Amino acid sequence: MIYFDNNDTTQLHPDVLEAMLPFFKEKYANPASLHNMGLEADSAVDEAREKVAGLIGAKPKELIFTSGATESNNLAIMGSARARSKRKHLIISAVEHASVLNIAKRLEGEGYRVTKLPVDGLGYVSPDSLRDAIDEDTFLVSIIHANHEIGVIQDIKTLADITHERGAWFHTDAAQALGKIPFIVGDLGVDFASFNGHKLHGPKGVGGLFINRKTRPRRLMEGAPQEFELRPGTENVPGIIGFAKAIEIAVRDREEVAAYLKPLVKRLADGLSAIPHTFLNGPPPEERLPGNLNVTMLYIEGEAILMHLSNREICVSSGSACSSKSLTPSPVLTAIGLIHEEAHGAIRFSLSRFNTIEEVEEVIKKTVDVVELLRSMTAFIPELHSERQGGKGFYRER
Amino acid sequence: MALKYSTKVIEHFTQPQNVGEIPDADAMATEGSPACGDMITYTLKINPETKVVEDVRFRSFGCASNIATASMTTLLAKGKTINEIKKLKHRDITQALDGLPAVKMHCSVLAIDALKSAVHKWEIDHGMIEDKIYKLDYDGVLESLKNCLNPRTGISIVENRLINKLEVEPEAGSVFIELKLCEMDEMYVEAIEEEIREKVQAIPGVKIVLVQFKACEHSG
Repeated sequence: MIYFDNNDTTQLHPDVLEAMLPFFKEKYANPASLHNMGLEADSAVDEAREKVAGLIGAKPKELIFTSGATESNNLAIMGSARARSKRKHLIISAVEHASVLNIAKRLEGEGYRVTKLPVDGLGYVSPDSLRDAIDEDTFLVSIIHANHEIGVIQDIKTLADITHERGAWFHTDAAQALGKIPFIVGDLGVDFASFNGHKLHGPKGVGGLFINRKTRPRRLMEGAPQEFELRPGTENVPGIIGFAKAIEIAVRDREEVAAYLKPLVKRLADGLSAIPHTFLNGPPPEERLPGNLNVTMLYIEGEAILMHLSNREICVSSGSACSSKSLTPSPVLTAIGLIHEEAHGAIRFSLSRFNTIEEVEEVIKKTVDVVELLRSMTAFIPELHSERQGGKGFYRER
Repeated sequence: MALKYSTKVIEHFTQPQNVGEIPDADAMATEGSPACGDMITYTLKINPETKVVEDVRFRSFGCASNIATASMTTLLAKGKTINEIKKLKHRDITQALDGLPAVKMHCSVLAIDALKSAVHKWEIDHGMIEDKIYKLDYDGVLESLKNCLNPRTGISIVENRLINKLEVEPEAGSVFIELKLCEMDEMYVEAIEEEIREKVQAIPGVKIVLVQFKACEHSG
């Protein structure tokens, strides 16, 4: 099996598993307990917190552990809305993850004003559009750091600075960013940042939220006073240990892994660009999140491509409406200007350090076969059915 | 939760039957649209004496279940008279495929509609019937809406009683539809609206289609 779906989730790093095991087997106590076993677990959680905080340039008190980036996004956004209840305006971008989009929707239902900043043809948010949208009523700006679908990396520092000029808080969903691109909270100027472990060869069900000590969101759940009274519930100790280990490895090896992935992604892009009527969604490979590639193959449908690849032992994902549960195409792809027929044929290939150049060659070969097969039977006649006439190059413009 | 297809669906997706087109076809129809991401074209050979569909082939732009339902439809259609084909229901196809996920049920509607549309065209060409089209009145629009499925249940929005209000003004060419959706159906708002527009706009004379959604009120 060739796994090219690493922006979805990843395999556990063997060292991460190793680090977690004792906390399942022997060191299973509750960190809140006062006996020696409890204290041992508590120290392990403290160490993990210090480690992760250190790696992102934060103080240990500025990091809480959560169940993942979805919960972190909820806490940052909803918790800020509750904490700053006089301000009723939220700004997000058009290329956010579903967790951010849907919290925004809920706030809108509660009477909040929500501005969704548009993006250009490559997926970039323009700082000017933020300047125009932000006002004294804005409590939070939330912009995704590295996009999960098209790998576009936003200029977080500039956006955060504009936000602070107007007294609002700034949150970034860094689920795909931490460990893959440089990430130091001070350099980025963010007030909140959401992380998770399983995109980085860590365990699922655990993540973190950086909370700048100058801010304080309102907690969303009630319970015992864990995580500085921001997130109740007994700590997921093995998960936290694994999360910290995964981030430690990812940050340590970041440059090496990025350098390793570069020629692989370049080769994949070159190989796929040789298929007629295909184009890249998002920025060129050298600008995007390491390992991420998203390509539209016109006149055929993504779910069918995905399933034929799956039958050929290749795992990818698709932005097609048919593979989404709501039957609507990916909002990220429509935000960068794709019309439906173009979004339907979008396939995301996302690589990790565990993939090889041999796998890339195999994926190119099999993708060529599948595209040829599906095009040979397609009912889509471009001259007759396409709403967008005229050819385009593989690489898009802004 | 991932979509679960039956073994039969996977079989017909990976090895579709009767793919392609008949060069000297007697009948042909394309249904669906690239925007919706599913489209089927059938070509048919029909014996004018016996009115038996002697051969049928398909082309598909769509997902795995689009391909599988089209493939199964060709198997069910071959050897049948056009009267027998008119009696085929989309459930016959899904049954033959050992079921489809509710969210994919609309594929079987498209697969059967496109086939019937080809047969229908053939009948018109042979002067056997007048062109039957949905009329721009209350009943005509309601009839066309019976072909729109609720992706959550795989059942028509009419049968599911999602239509709260329907107003048709034939002179102005305007159709107003208000749907009542419960929270579980809310994620399908865009998909349902798109399907309604596609079906209603196909009725001759329709100029404006207004679709509105109303949330269900929960008691208590």
